[in-house]
Amino acid sequence: MSTDTGTIETLANKEYEWGFVTDIDADALPKGLNEDIIREISRRKDEPEFLLDFRLKAYRHWLTMVPPQWANIKYPPIDFQDIIYYSAPKSKKKLASLDEVDPELLRTYAKLGVPLAEQKLLANVAVDAVFDSVSVATTFKAKLAEMGVIFGSFSEAVKTHPDLVRKYLGSVVPYSDNFYATLNSAVFSDGSFCFVPKGVRCPMELSTYFRINAKETGQFERTLIIAEEGAYVSYLEGCTAPMRDENQLHAAVVELVAMDNAQIKYSTVQNWYPGDKQGKGGIYNFVTKRGKCLGQNSRISWTQVETGSAITWKYPSVILQGDNSIGEFYSVALANNYQQADTGTKMIHIGKNTRSTIVSKGISAGHGQNTYRGLVKVLKGAANARNYTQCDSLLLGDQCGAHTFPYIEMKNTTSRAEHEASTSKIGEDQLFYCKQRGIALEDAVNMIINGFCKEVFKELPMEFAVEAQKLLGVSLEGSVG
Amino acid sequence: MPILEIKDLQAGIAGRQILRGVNLTIAPGEVHAIMGPNGSGKSTLAQVLAGRDTYVVTGGSVRLNGQDLLDMSPEERACAGLFLAFQYPVEIPGVSTSYFLKAALNAVRKYHGQPELDAMDFLKLMKQKMKLLDMDTSFLSRAVNEGFSGGEKKRNEILQMAVLDPKLAILDETDSGLDIDALRIVAGGVNSLRGPDRGILLVTHYQRLLNYIVPDYVHVLRDGQIIKSGDKNLALELEARGYGWLEEPVAVH
Ligand SMILES: Nc1ncnc2c1ncn2[C@@H]1O[C@H](COP(=O)(O)OP(=O)(O)OP(=O)(O)O)[C@@H](O)[C@H]1O
Ligand SMILES: [Mg+2]
Repeated sequence: MSTDTGTIETLANKEYEWGFVTDIDADALPKGLNEDIIREISRRKDEPEFLLDFRLKAYRHWLTMVPPQWANIKYPPIDFQDIIYYSAPKSKKKLASLDEVDPELLRTYAKLGVPLAEQKLLANVAVDAVFDSVSVATTFKAKLAEMGVIFGSFSEAVKTHPDLVRKYLGSVVPYSDNFYATLNSAVFSDGSFCFVPKGVRCPMELSTYFRINAKETGQFERTLIIAEEGAYVSYLEGCTAPMRDENQLHAAVVELVAMDNAQIKYSTVQNWYPGDKQGKGGIYNFVTKRGKCLGQNSRISWTQVETGSAITWKYPSVILQGDNSIGEFYSVALANNYQQADTGTKMIHIGKNTRSTIVSKGISAGHGQNTYRGLVKVLKGAANARNYTQCDSLLLGDQCGAHTFPYIEMKNTTSRAEHEASTSKIGEDQLFYCKQRGIALEDAVNMIINGFCKEVFKELPMEFAVEAQKLLGVSLEGSVG
Repeated sequence: MPILEIKDLQAGIAGRQILRGVNLTIAPGEVHAIMGPNGSGKSTLAQVLAGRDTYVVTGGSVRLNGQDLLDMSPEERACAGLFLAFQYPVEIPGVSTSYFLKAALNAVRKYHGQPELDAMDFLKLMKQKMKLLDMDTSFLSRAVNEGFSGGEKKRNEILQMAVLDPKLAILDETDSGLDIDALRIVAGGVNSLRGPDRGILLVTHYQRLLNYIVPDYVHVLRDGQIIKSGDKNLALELEARGYGWLEEPVAVH
C-alpha cells in the first residue's frame, strides 16, 4: 500500500457541536478539597454513616498518593484545590416526575439528542441523565420496577437500597485502588445504579447520559451495576461537555458485578469536549472501569467508542473469577488535533477455562497520540485460560502517533494468549480507488474508517452504532485533505 | 466529438519523466488496445487519465467529451464517465461490496442530478449485472476485494464498470490472472458494454484477450510514446514477432 503523504495532511477540524452552556442556577460548594467539603457533600446528600466513612477513608488515603506517571500522556500538573467538587442544578423541590424537571434542562437534553422524553418509549431506552454531578431524571423507572430491576441515580439507591450499595460499593474497585479512583471515592456526587435480579433479562437498553455544564467543576460520577444469577443487562453511557478554554477534570468509577450465568454488556460513546485545534481546553478523562465475573459462566463485555476528551486515561477491565467466565473489550479510540489517548484493558484470569477477547482500534490524526496499553494476566489456577488480542492502529497524516504496550503474564502452562497487531496509514491507494469510483474524499475517509472499526461497531446496540459512526465522521471532518 | 482526445501528454514522477508526448484519440463506439513492454508507461497513462496525483502532468492536454479532463478532480472524472479497472484492485476491509458500489453509484447519479437508487432497485440492478458476469451474489456482503482471488478481483472490476455505466472505460490488464472460462466471461461483459456512445481503452500484453474483444485500433507504447498504431492485425504481428522489430517513434493516428 502506498504511504505517500502528498494528499494526506491535517486540516482544520469541524467545530464541536455540543459545546453550548445551559443557563441554569447551580448550587455549588466552594473550590478546593478538605474533610469539611467531603462532610458537606455527604450532608447535602443526606447520606448514611457508612458512606461518609467510605468517603473519609478514601480521602485520607488519597492524601498519601501521587498522580500516576506511567501513561503516555503529557499535561501540566492539576491543581486539585482549584476545582469545584460539587455542583447541582438548583431545584425548588424534589422531583417526582419528568414534568417537574427544569424545562431548560430538558431542552439541553433534547439538543443532545437524549431520549429523555416519555414519547421515546418506543425507542426502548431507559435513561438516567447526570447533569454536572447530579442525576436529574430517570425514565421508565416504573416499568422496570415491575420486573424487579432497580435503575436510577446512585444517590437514590443509597436511600432506597442502602444494603445493596453497602455490599457492593468498592467491591470491584476498592477505595484505595488508584489515585483517581480514590479521589472519586472521596468526592463522588452521583451516578447510576442498576440491579437486575435473578433470572431477569432486562427488556430494554439502560442508558445514562453525562453532561458537565458548570465552569471549573469536576465531574466524579460513580456507577454500580449488579446482575444476579442468570440476569442480563445492556447498558450504555454517553457524555458531552461545553467548550471551555480551561481543562476540566472527569474522574469516574464504574463497577460491574456478574453472578453465575449473568451477562453485562456495557457500551460507552464518549464525546467529552476534546479541546480546540490548538489543544486548548478539553476534558481530562481519568476513569476507572472494572467488572468482576464473580459467578461461573458469567460474561462481561466492554465496548467503547472514545472520540472526545483532551486526555483519555481509561482501562475497562474484567476480573475473571468464576470458572468458564468470559471477558471482552472492544474499543475504538480516536486522537485528533492535540488529543491524547492512553487506553486499553486488563483481563485477569483467575478461574478455570476463562476466556477473554480484546479488539482495539486506534485512530490517530492531526497531532493526536494514541496508545493501547493492555495487560493479560493468567494466574496459576486458571487452567485452560484463553486470550485473543487484536490491536490495530490507523494513522491519518504523518504528525500523529500510535503506540502499543501489550503486557502478558502467564502463570499457568495450559493457558494460551494470542496477540495480533497492525499499524497502517490510511492508504492513498484506498482513497484513490474510492475517488475513481466517484466517491468524494470525505465520504471515502469515513467509509474506510468505519470499515476499520466495524468489528467494534457491530458490538454496539444498533442505534448507538449509527450514532458512533456519525460521531467519528464529525470528529475527523477535515482531517484528510 | 471524440470521447477521448489526448494531445502530447507528458507526465512523470518527481525527477523522472514517464510519458513523453502521448497522442491518442478515441471516437464514440471505438475499442482501442494499448500494448507495450513492461515499464513502458501503460499503467501510468491509465492512472494519469484517472487523476492519480502521484504523477505530475508537465505538458499536453486531455479532453473527455470535450471537457478539460486535467482540470477535474478524480471523483469528478469518475462522475463524468471515466472508469478505470485497476491492474491491482485495492482491498477495503470492513466495507461491503454492496455498500461501496451503492455509494459509488449514488455519487455518480447525484452528479447527474438523478435521485439515489433505493435498496430494492439497487439490489435488482446488482443481481442483473452479477448474472452477466456469472458472479455469486454472496460477494455483495463481502468486504471490497478482501480475500478475493486474483480472478475474482478482476471480475469485480468489470462488475463495477457494468454498474457505473461509464462513457470511457480503461481496462488495465484486466485479463491477467483470469482462467480461460473467466476470460471468456469477462470479455463477454466488456463486449456487452460496447456501444455507439462508449469508448474502451484496453491495456493488455496478450492477443488472447483481443480474440474475444476485437479492437478497432492497436497501439504500441514504448518509453512513454506511442511508436506504432495499426488495426487488430498489429496485435497478431506483435504476438509473432515481439517488440524488437519496431523502430523509433513516429507520429501516429
Ligand atoms: N510511483 C512510481 N514511483 C516510481 N516509479 C514509477 C512509479 N510509477 C511508475 N513508475 C515507473 O514508471 C515506469 C512505467 O511504469 P508503468 O507501471 O506505467 O509501466 P507499465 O507499462 O504499466 O508496465 P507493466 O506492463 O509491467 O504493467 C516504470 O519504470 C515504473 O517503474
Ligand atoms: Mg501496468
